[in-house]
Amino acid sequence: MSIKVILEKCNGCKLCVKSCPYQAIKVFEKKAIIEANCNLCGACVEVCKSNAIVIEDKRKIEDTSGYNGIWVFTEQRNKNIASVVYELLGEGRKLADSLGTYLAAVLLGKNIKDGTDKLIGHGADKVFLVEDDLLKDHLDDAYAQVMVDLINQYKPETVLFGATVVGRSIAPKIAAILKTGLTADCTGLEIDLKNRLLLQTRPAFGGNIMATIVCPNKRPQMATVRPRVMKKLDFSSSRQGEIIKFEPKNLSSKINVLNFVEDLTEKVKLEEADVIVSGGRGLGKADNFKLIKEFASLLNAAVGASRAAVDAEWIPYSHQVGQTGKTVCPKLYIACGISGAIQHLAGMQTSETIVAINKDPDAPIFSVANYGIVGDLFEVVPVLISKLKETRCS
Amino acid sequence: MEIIVCIKQVPGTTEVKIDPNTNTLIRQGVDSIINPFDTYALEEGVRLKERVGGKVTVITMGPPQAEQVLRDALTVGADEAILLSDRAFAGADTLATSYTLSKTIEKIGSFDLIICGKQTMDGDTGQVGPELAHFLSIPYVTFVKKVEEINENKIVVERMVEEGYEVIGMPLPGLITVVKEINEPRLPSLKGMMKAKSAQVTIWNHQDIDAKKDKVGLAGSPTQVIKIFTPERHQKGGMLQGNLETQVDTLIDKLKQGRLI
Repeated sequence: MSIKVILEKCNGCKLCVKSCPYQAIKVFEKKAIIEANCNLCGACVEVCKSNAIVIEDKRKIEDTSGYNGIWVFTEQRNKNIASVVYELLGEGRKLADSLGTYLAAVLLGKNIKDGTDKLIGHGADKVFLVEDDLLKDHLDDAYAQVMVDLINQYKPETVLFGATVVGRSIAPKIAAILKTGLTADCTGLEIDLKNRLLLQTRPAFGGNIMATIVCPNKRPQMATVRPRVMKKLDFSSSRQGEIIKFEPKNLSSKINVLNFVEDLTEKVKLEEADVIVSGGRGLGKADNFKLIKEFASLLNAAVGASRAAVDAEWIPYSHQVGQTGKTVCPKLYIACGISGAIQHLAGMQTSETIVAINKDPDAPIFSVANYGIVGDLFEVVPVLISKLKETRCS
Repeated sequence: MEIIVCIKQVPGTTEVKIDPNTNTLIRQGVDSIINPFDTYALEEGVRLKERVGGKVTVITMGPPQAEQVLRDALTVGADEAILLSDRAFAGADTLATSYTLSKTIEKIGSFDLIICGKQTMDGDTGQVGPELAHFLSIPYVTFVKKVEEINENKIVVERMVEEGYEVIGMPLPGLITVVKEINEPRLPSLKGMMKAKSAQVTIWNHQDIDAKKDKVGLAGSPTQVIKIFTPERHQKGGMLQGNLETQVDTLIDKLKQGRLI
């Protein structure tokens, strides 16, 4: 890859200087000079009216024909299939139908064949079933080895993983072995039918920027996909599917899981709650989370928090909603004393109904709220609680 | 114990914007800092060195000005610093970055433990650690929140998962990526600042590390960014009117109508 300025064509107009996101172009004596921090993004090539800047792409184009099918990696712990798997099957069904190909789930573990019915009922045409004692725990190296053997044998065009701890840990190993591309934490997937490419859209810079990424010359195309973004299909027992058993060869692992300690502090799981009441900086101190908790228990809701509240150590990280916390999509989200920094909005703005309570009428949270109340949360929330109690009694 | 910590220079804020006219990132007036997650990796490396003895080498890939984050690392206890800087490295995705780092570490030679932050603040992928471990043919554990035991042959760590944590044993040499719960990074010491001022930072290009030119930078990157844009906001903005009592009554009515409560 190289970038160069064709000096005869360059007229020193400086359009490229303005277009460069990295400030890597200078104009000296009416000619553009590209500096060492150029990232070869191509923004300057597009804006140059004299076609004076060229990027030569010497990448080899590999044959991607012969790759078919959309695969979903099935994450499970103690035979419980993660809900993101069903979401990926819902999305994968759409992708497979638009491409006219099949949708498969890959199920790895020990004594897990009961899971195949659920996967087929949620949209899979095929289930690749791999059972082995060593696959009981999520051992990244053993799991990656099985996935690579399967991919090499059956050649899927796309493999999707949940952007969970397990998915984000295993997928890069598989991508590195196959020397293919991997896009992290996608929130949108589409198909470019003409080139049979997966358009993978993801947030970057804490959600301030969205980027669409493709993997044009390598197969499979791989992505991890954020939980609670895609929609699952309703289970249908009438759906038919094929089960393909696969025997792993010479399976081994260098790591071993010695113990698993479950976190039992969270009563209502944030990601699965229908109603969430969240508190932010406006609470002022840890003790005031009592008010949020009282409000939440009245609505049988989970308690969420903004990053500011977690950073101040008013509440544990497991409650954090946002780009660096959890993405949630409840039926009702009530934000109390949260201004709505973009990184918080990134984690909750797809909630069905949003209520915002904040002192500052200009707080960005109001721009995503269905119902906004401008006021001090310490005045508003107690009134809400007492009125709710009244309606419950009557 | 030979410990290598991989760090990255990132913009000091995620509050970047897109110029609506050129559709490119506006980075003016943004300072560069060490990726916050990498500060925990560095601190853990220095703590392990203090516990079992040895040396901490920090490496980063970036433009010449990325040397600053290496000097910052020297002020808090790193012993040696290597900067990978070469026009050929530009535009690297995670696969090309991992390959480049692996060639660097092969050139360094012996090591026992590699530590990375769980992800960067700008790219947010968390993929370089596991990919790097693959290129070096070593095992890895991601999202580590505590090192329970370490000796020259083995490490036992606690790894954060959604439902709790796992205790995992791994032989060394190996790689871990760490979360911010693992420690509280120290502030620079006066001695460290003095050392950082005079320390030599080694600078290597693709030839120095014997990396193939078609495997680094954009040329070695299977993925390609085709579009960047500002996310859509759900514009709703339904402010309730009237005094507090009326607003609360309206809200409860609306939520009841929607069968939300």
